[in-house]
Amino acid sequence: MSTQPTTHSATASTEHSTPLIELAGVDFGYTSTPVVEDISLQIDAGEYAAVVGPNGSGKSTLMKLMLGLLRPDDGVARLFGDPSHQFDDGSRIGYVAQHASASKEMPITVREVVKMGRFPHVGFGRLSRDDWEIVDRALETVGMGAFASRRVTQLSGGQRQRAFIARALASEADLLVLDEPTVGVDMESVEAFYDLLDALNSNGITVLLIEHDLGAVTEHADRVICLNREIYFDGPADAFVESDALARAFGTTANLLGGSR
Amino acid sequence: MTHLPNTPLQMGPLDAVFGPLYWFLELWSGLMSWVAKTTGLELLRYGFMHRAILVGLCIGVMAPLIGTFLVYRQLALIGDALAHTGFAGVAVGLFLNAVLDLGVSPYLTAVVVAMIAALLIELISEATDAYNDVSMAIVLSTGFALGTTLISINAGGLAVGVNQFLFGNLSTVSEDSAAILLALFVIVIGVVGLTRNQLLYVTFDETAAAVSGLSVSWYNRTMVMLTAMVVVGAMQIMGVILVAAMLVVPVAGASQVARSFTESLLVSVVLAELAVILGIGVSYYGKATAGGVIVLVAVTIYVIAVVLGKLQTAFGEEGSPEMGRIDINKTESSGD
Repeated sequence: MSTQPTTHSATASTEHSTPLIELAGVDFGYTSTPVVEDISLQIDAGEYAAVVGPNGSGKSTLMKLMLGLLRPDDGVARLFGDPSHQFDDGSRIGYVAQHASASKEMPITVREVVKMGRFPHVGFGRLSRDDWEIVDRALETVGMGAFASRRVTQLSGGQRQRAFIARALASEADLLVLDEPTVGVDMESVEAFYDLLDALNSNGITVLLIEHDLGAVTEHADRVICLNREIYFDGPADAFVESDALARAFGTTANLLGGSR
Repeated sequence: MTHLPNTPLQMGPLDAVFGPLYWFLELWSGLMSWVAKTTGLELLRYGFMHRAILVGLCIGVMAPLIGTFLVYRQLALIGDALAHTGFAGVAVGLFLNAVLDLGVSPYLTAVVVAMIAALLIELISEATDAYNDVSMAIVLSTGFALGTTLISINAGGLAVGVNQFLFGNLSTVSEDSAAILLALFVIVIGVVGLTRNQLLYVTFDETAAAVSGLSVSWYNRTMVMLTAMVVVGAMQIMGVILVAAMLVVPVAGASQVARSFTESLLVSVVLAELAVILGIGVSYYGKATAGGVIVLVAVTIYVIAVVLGKLQTAFGEEGSPEMGRIDINKTESSGD
């Protein structure tokens, strides 16, 4: 069952397929001041793209626009070809937030968290044996099988993020969206975490990463979108390193590239 | 329209719904009388105690059930706010009865008013993008102010009956209000049973739930409406002031000892039932207000749970298991 993403992206990457995410001329502001302005981009199946930008550059807002959690003031946002806010096949998207927007002190086991990945598939029903198999396999994939019955609150930051990745895997999503997933995660786990993303991407899952850590982005992602209200750069990661987009978008804090690694 | 003052609830069209509930009440009462005869327990000899125990048992299930979903979203106080608007609802009911001679059960108007207030709180929080203490406090005090004002406008005779709503009373659980509670119980259990997956997801991780295609605002609205139902139902024996404790205390106790979410749900219900049964027993023989005693028992149980939880982490903890390697091929070798 979980080979589905692979087969899907194989068919989708043929030339005239719909992009997974498509923004055209998108403007958005919570107040009259725009947070993002005139954003046009598309993300195709199989890509490994990263959105970078300084704090307050609108990265998270952009992500919410892409996922349909916000509606653009102007322009069009599409997700799997549908207007983003109308898109409701949640099983196609896996979402991992920065150390989880999730409740912090709730008594809940790792397995119960990963189980949520199956909810878009079962709706009001119960999880079948197949569903549980997928859950357990996802746990094994991220190396958290031994932690299945642990309370999430007892995990380290890195372990917790693995659990959330497992949830995304259990949903058999073909698009994985991660919002600063490595904030508060120890260095060693961060390495393992990016290795996991690399592996998932080479398995055909589309990865969209919103990241503050420029070093990790340029090392792992294929494509970089540099944002500070507007798009400053959109292209291959290698070209991004050589361009001056970083300096222009980040202003004086451009030395972040060296500092964060 | 003509009114027949003594028809239960004045709910002609709803008789089909409430009929079976009255039938169940009679059945339950019979069972309790039988238990009283065989065990010789004095407190089971009275019809009002039969109803009070049934109401208590229902509260012991639905209050922690809903409370679990509230506590982990830092919404513990919404129960308190809604209870106070429920009090306004009671006042509205008493007022209507006095002025228009409607003969409506004040609990029924309380349910309606509390649910409207719940929806208002939710809509305000959606518009302002945050649940905040201030708006909650405003709703709470508005509800209570409205209640006291309406009651004071009325003849002084009305004020006599107010204590029963403020502090709850075992002996005033009428057949009508027991039937209302049973109806609320069925609705609450039914809705939570149906939407348990969605409520869990929204409670745990609202953004991820939204991304996975759930309409978070609809589930939030459902949740606050259910809370309103539970709070008004529990008000009968807990009273306006103490009702929120039943939503919070057993859940807090359960979170100390439970490891999984399912376990915490079950444990919180067990703790609440324990508090209700012990509390009703103690209050009957000690001649004290049931609501207060129940809460005191619940808090005692909570303290014990905290100690147990600490002992559990100090002694019972297994060593940290080895974290497995990330093995991407496991996704490949799956399925067929």
